[in-house]
Amino acid sequence: MPNRTDWLVALPVLIPALAAAFGAALHGRPRAQRLLTLFSAALLLAAALLLLAAVADGTVLASQMGDWPAPFGITLVADRLAAAMVLITAIMYAATAVYAFADRGAMAEEALWHPLLAALVFGVASAFLAGDLFNLYVWFEVMLISSFGLLVLGGGREQLDAALTYGLLNLVATTVFLIAVGMLYGLTGTLNLADMALRVPGVPNQGAVAAVAFLLMAAFAAKAAVFPLFFWLPASYHTAIAPVAAIFAALLTKVGVYALIRLFTLVFPASQGWVGPLMWFIAAGTMLVGVLGAAAHWEVRRILSFHIISQIGYMIVGLAIATPLAIAGSVFYILHHIIVKANLFLIAGAMQRIGGSFSLARLGGLWRRDPWLGLLFAVPALSLAGLPPLSGFWAKLLVVQSGFAASYWWLAGIALATGLLTLYSMLKIWLEAFWKEPPEDAPEAAPLSRRERLLLFGPVVSLGLITLAIGLWAEPLAAFALAAGEQLSTRQEYIRAVLGGGGTTP
Amino acid sequence: MKDSLILRASAGYVLVAAVVFSLFVLLRGHNEPGGGFIGGLIGALGFVSYGLARGAAATRRALRLAPIAWAGIGLALAAASGLPALLWHGEAFLTHQWLSGTPLGTTLVFDLGVYLVVLGFGLTFVLPFLEE
Repeated sequence: MPNRTDWLVALPVLIPALAAAFGAALHGRPRAQRLLTLFSAALLLAAALLLLAAVADGTVLASQMGDWPAPFGITLVADRLAAAMVLITAIMYAATAVYAFADRGAMAEEALWHPLLAALVFGVASAFLAGDLFNLYVWFEVMLISSFGLLVLGGGREQLDAALTYGLLNLVATTVFLIAVGMLYGLTGTLNLADMALRVPGVPNQGAVAAVAFLLMAAFAAKAAVFPLFFWLPASYHTAIAPVAAIFAALLTKVGVYALIRLFTLVFPASQGWVGPLMWFIAAGTMLVGVLGAAAHWEVRRILSFHIISQIGYMIVGLAIATPLAIAGSVFYILHHIIVKANLFLIAGAMQRIGGSFSLARLGGLWRRDPWLGLLFAVPALSLAGLPPLSGFWAKLLVVQSGFAASYWWLAGIALATGLLTLYSMLKIWLEAFWKEPPEDAPEAAPLSRRERLLLFGPVVSLGLITLAIGLWAEPLAAFALAAGEQLSTRQEYIRAVLGGGGTTP
Repeated sequence: MKDSLILRASAGYVLVAAVVFSLFVLLRGHNEPGGGFIGGLIGALGFVSYGLARGAAATRRALRLAPIAWAGIGLALAAASGLPALLWHGEAFLTHQWLSGTPLGTTLVFDLGVYLVVLGFGLTFVLPFLEE
């Protein structure tokens, strides 16, 4: 008699793990690998939907791996936020997997592409479910290893250079994370997040707790690429092949943001007086530096990379204000942003295929050559800038509204200004790549075959439709985000689900 | 180094000895120091020394499958060892099951999986260097 909870929580870990395993075992059999990837993406989507349906009413599901009881073993936990993140991971897995079938870079090294993509999804989906700090660290490592492999796919000199920067700086962040985990274990005697949440207030040396909280914040801030630790991101993302860049842009930094939200709502809630002001500073800096960096660049992927950074700033605004409404704003923003950002990177890849270049100076006349591409670009681009009625409008509205409600006027002001500058960047891409006459030296690109068009545009259209749907029917997702924000702020359900009735209050 | 007659002649025996010893370490890990990780490393070293003597191509033939495929099989075994608990016993993922009265159980499958993952990944990274 199978136990429903154990299944629901284990499947999002198990499916991509087996996909990576069989994908590697089928080395040299591309047809089987392709079928496997499509099959696992569909399975993961179904599993994520079931999980989300099970936690939508506010229950928190927890499963103790290997039947080792809570504060000692590894716990997988799914609350509203975690389940939503798993679902969006599954959507990204499906979208990039389909898109990659028409991507030359990915298909040239297909034998490695399939298992590496599955391994990345394995790490990301499991990180969202981790209820244990050390376990979270392990998932970060899984992500780092597989993303390193993905980054060098199609390996030119430029990519190896970028991968080295990426790997080295991320390793530093991971090491800081590990040191902080050790210190926190020394202070509280536990690695389980729920147990930690109960024990942290009782630690006599609160100064040491603050130091550890700062270390963890620095580690996750580097992973999330926020100001001033963002420099690895624009140094590496623009060299990756299109589907890799898309899934990186969608998921990797967001795992860092997720870890920040989890840690600073559950383990170190607003009790740490310095957290709020530091987060305001980070949020404001991230939004501004990102958007100004984007304004200075003339290469599509570089512009988009800098916009990842500026958008992360909005998510941090929610954490800085830390009211349930503000955290709901962050949750909504993450969900909206992942879809829009991945879509823009996929479109950038299609622009390069149709127009022959990523450089705005060499692109031109795409509107005439392929009006559909222009339309498909307009949806996520305007959503990113926050124009109604697209998803970005509601996301920005929630964040700015929470800022006004908690009277952080200046933070809300910066958020609005950043939105305007984002619009400027998107218009720049539009005017240069789509509208202006093609330049003299515009490169010739081979026209897309019917099959390639279908594979490239299918995921783009689907993600665009999700953006539109969120924009037109924002109510359900906003209600869900508010409920998630409430659940993250109250904490009790999470702790009770993990530790059972009493827990081990010291 | 490939020209050394002694090295070439002994390579096969060294490989067999290393693999047998690595399996011993794997099984010993049940209750004593050892286990899949260290066993996999020892096994990989056996194949590397074989590769030094006979070349990477011969090592790949001796492995039958691509090293990355062995790693995949290992990961599949490790993940599958957690499934009986979910499927038949209504327990959490990776709760290990035992053949009644014996020390045999799904933990051995898990450890064998770790062994193959380490062996496979180790050789995936090392063999290209022997090819140069």
